Amino acid sequence: METTIAEYAPMTFPLLAVNLGAVERIPPGEGREFDVDGELVTVFRARDGQLYAVQAKCPHRQGALADGIIGAGKVVCPMHSFKFDLATGAALGNDCAALKTYVVSVNDDGEMLLNTNAVRGASAT
Amino acid sequence: MSNKQKLVVIGNGMAGARLVEDIITRDGADQFEFVMFGDEPYGNYNRILLSGVLSGSHDPQDIFINPLAWYEQNNVTLHAGERVVKIDRAAKTIHGANGTVESYDKLAIATGSSAFVPPIDGLYVAQNPQSAIHNPQSFKPGVFVFRTLDDCGAITSYAEGSKRAVVIGGGLLGLEAARGLLNLGAEVHVVHLMPHLMDVQLDPIAGATLRRSMEAMGVRVHLNKATTAILGDGCVTGLQFKDGSQLECDMVVISAGIRPSVQLARDAGLTVERGIVVGDGITSVDDPDVFAVGECAQHNGMVYGLVAPLWEQTAVLAERLTGRKPNAEYKGSKVSTKLKVMGIELAVMGVKEARDENDEVVVYTEPGRGIYKKLIVRNGQLAGAMLLGDASTAPALLQAFDRGSLLPENRAELLFPLMGDAAQQSVIDLPDEAQICNCNGVSKGAVINAVKKGCRSIKALCEATRAGTGCGSCKPQVNELLEFAAGDLIVEDPSIHYYVPGVPLRKPELITAVKEKQLKSVSSVFAVLANGKEDPASKIGLASLLKTIWHDEYEDERDARFINDRVHANIQKDRTFSVVPRIYGGVTSADELRRIADVADKYNVPMVKITGGQRIDLLGIKKEDLPGVWRDLGMPSGHAYTKAFRTCKTCVGTEFCRFGVGDSTGLGIEIEKKFQGIEFPHKLKMATTGCPRNCSEATTKDIGAVAIEGGKWEIIVGGAAGSKVRKADLLVTVETHEDALRYIGRFMQYYRERAKYLERTYDFVERIGIEAIRRVLVDDEDGICAELDAGIQAAVNAYVDPWQEAVQPVHPSQFINTLALFAGAEREQMLVQIEKAQPAFGD
Repeated sequence: METTIAEYAPMTFPLLAVNLGAVERIPPGEGREFDVDGELVTVFRARDGQLYAVQAKCPHRQGALADGIIGAGKVVCPMHSFKFDLATGAALGNDCAALKTYVVSVNDDGEMLLNTNAVRGASAT
Repeated sequence: MSNKQKLVVIGNGMAGARLVEDIITRDGADQFEFVMFGDEPYGNYNRILLSGVLSGSHDPQDIFINPLAWYEQNNVTLHAGERVVKIDRAAKTIHGANGTVESYDKLAIATGSSAFVPPIDGLYVAQNPQSAIHNPQSFKPGVFVFRTLDDCGAITSYAEGSKRAVVIGGGLLGLEAARGLLNLGAEVHVVHLMPHLMDVQLDPIAGATLRRSMEAMGVRVHLNKATTAILGDGCVTGLQFKDGSQLECDMVVISAGIRPSVQLARDAGLTVERGIVVGDGITSVDDPDVFAVGECAQHNGMVYGLVAPLWEQTAVLAERLTGRKPNAEYKGSKVSTKLKVMGIELAVMGVKEARDENDEVVVYTEPGRGIYKKLIVRNGQLAGAMLLGDASTAPALLQAFDRGSLLPENRAELLFPLMGDAAQQSVIDLPDEAQICNCNGVSKGAVINAVKKGCRSIKALCEATRAGTGCGSCKPQVNELLEFAAGDLIVEDPSIHYYVPGVPLRKPELITAVKEKQLKSVSSVFAVLANGKEDPASKIGLASLLKTIWHDEYEDERDARFINDRVHANIQKDRTFSVVPRIYGGVTSADELRRIADVADKYNVPMVKITGGQRIDLLGIKKEDLPGVWRDLGMPSGHAYTKAFRTCKTCVGTEFCRFGVGDSTGLGIEIEKKFQGIEFPHKLKMATTGCPRNCSEATTKDIGAVAIEGGKWEIIVGGAAGSKVRKADLLVTVETHEDALRYIGRFMQYYRERAKYLERTYDFVERIGIEAIRRVLVDDEDGICAELDAGIQAAVNAYVDPWQEAVQPVHPSQFINTLALFAGAEREQMLVQIEKAQPAFGD
């Protein structure tokens, strides 16, 4: 699926992103949370270099997804092993609401940019 | 799309549809375009349940395995009701009776078999000379075969006006037909050519027992009767037998066996004997693109008429076609079956008679209740078994038969359920609202519903309902419900045999591959053995195994660890952690206690708790505080958070206790100092007790040491006091601490190398059997003891206290949950134009 940033951000708003710093701040294959103006966002850095940004808490019992295990574009919550697709946020094999997902990218300096305008959630899909 | 191969399947019975299902289960839908031909105008149904339809216990709708919608959902083109008339192997095309022509890349023949109709006079209305060809249209009114759903319908409607029906054939199918007819209200007779019923499966005594049970239900049985003619000018009025006698009747169902349907294959020039001849690859011996599965296939001289061999064949073929195991081989099936004949339980496997006087025959008969049980034991293994009237031990026998495992000396264990088990209420008898999974609150009804909706493997069922995904102790009950609701249709997900679901290898094969290819990190295993696909559910298990194989050469990747093992503490529901320092043998000091108390004060620890393992747990510690807590404690990790050796509980032994006969505290401390931190397939708990009073509860630990009078220690293994309770088995009795440590270490390494991931010692010991374990670890029958001793010593040598990472974290953010954004003015500069960035999401 081709997803362009423009789909999410109306052109009338400035296309701005928050710089989260160097990708190396997150250990390979793991995730860490960022507090973006009071909103907790977890960014995962997959071993193949792909970045994913999703809401920090599992919709099931508020487990910290950043402490979960990822692989093949999925995250497994450390609390009760609920699974979610990282790219779409969709719940896999459970009835939870989808995760909110954010657009995150890397600039030429290897820094992570989180576009806070480009949010996708269960209600948007 | 265009690079897909086209697989045409002739036959839409249980074998044909299962093959397609097996390929789809193995992610083969991307590789193949499926086209199927079926004689019957329906989806695929469970032929085994036809007798249920006949007897009225099943609605025809209930026996469909794959309704027509399934074919649509899975993009399978089905030519239902179109008989194939020709296979053109030169042009690689299939021709249907209605003119359909389909080309193929690969062809699977699954034409099954048809009813065998013996040569009997008066079968057909107009004396059709081609009596070998089964053509139901020309049978005399009142004559039927019993093979298809349409046959069922015809029999049912004719039986309404029937007073006396006769079934020709006292085999399995014949008896099933008899049951169906009985329920339809007719007087039912079974006429059988042989001296006893079900002579293919049963011995004469079992046959006689079955006959008595059937007669008690109202079926009249006539043995040694050869039918020579069907009497009656217009419709059936009776039967004429070879011995001169006659039997009046108005309806006849012929169930005299089946014959493989192979004419199509023979016409296509394929080698056909009794069935289409295939090799170990389920592939025709004449054509590498043509396969035959099920009742029409002949492998190594055998044609199978049961469903289990068919499942094995389709699984092998699916492994080959999808490229999961291009060299998968079918080596023939050990024939066994468990079923109900007219409501009577029956399980049969292997041979039915002793070969010579060296075979041991164990028999139990209880004619009053129609029970007959017989085992044939050859070289300590099960060569055959027959259980009639009570098949409660059939699952254990089937397992012993399939694996060829050595049987317990006490053969009675194989014939009768254990007293404890017998007292338990079967889950089948529980009401629908009964809770099966007590961790996730899943009811019996929810499990059954999920099976009906298509979850026919234990894995799919547990995933869909979450039953069995908590502590796992209800899995046997979930499995029982699955067997009950799905019967023979259970789909065995191949991944249940894999060490981890994401790498298609069993543990021994995986270990060999890892060693051969020198795979020392989890990511390298995915790259080389799983087509580069990282399965999150497989990472932890792989990390555990690699560490066991490589010790200090293991290339640690922290993302393959569960959070507990990334931060060496046990995560709690509020994302705080529990910290349990090691207190060797449960013996502490005022100084240690003072430090623990100071830490509790300094970090405002909300709860300080004495654990069941004689240690102290500090609960509610923030992740960020972990390194500080460890530094201030100045004690090593107690590993209370991981799949490793946890603790050795002790009693006060000889030092103070007036009953103690062995120094249990001393031994316990030695054990903990030696084996601390070693990882296992699951957690491992130990205890030493100074006398058989067992104050430290050693008899329900994974490994225990019990001091007995005379300065000896009993080393016991496989105990449990968790979701399951089990008394440990005696491994060996030793005289010194040194020997105790040696056998404990040896068992540990054996368990590390042989157990499945997340298999506790109590399941492992039951699976292998304590006698077998003793032969390996005490008698050194396999000559591996020295190797095992060296293996555990290497693990002991590789031990490093993980709490040293307090001083040297592996990554700057190891103990940080939330990374700070840059503050104030600095952050303003970080707001940048998005156009500059490379999209890294969504492609």
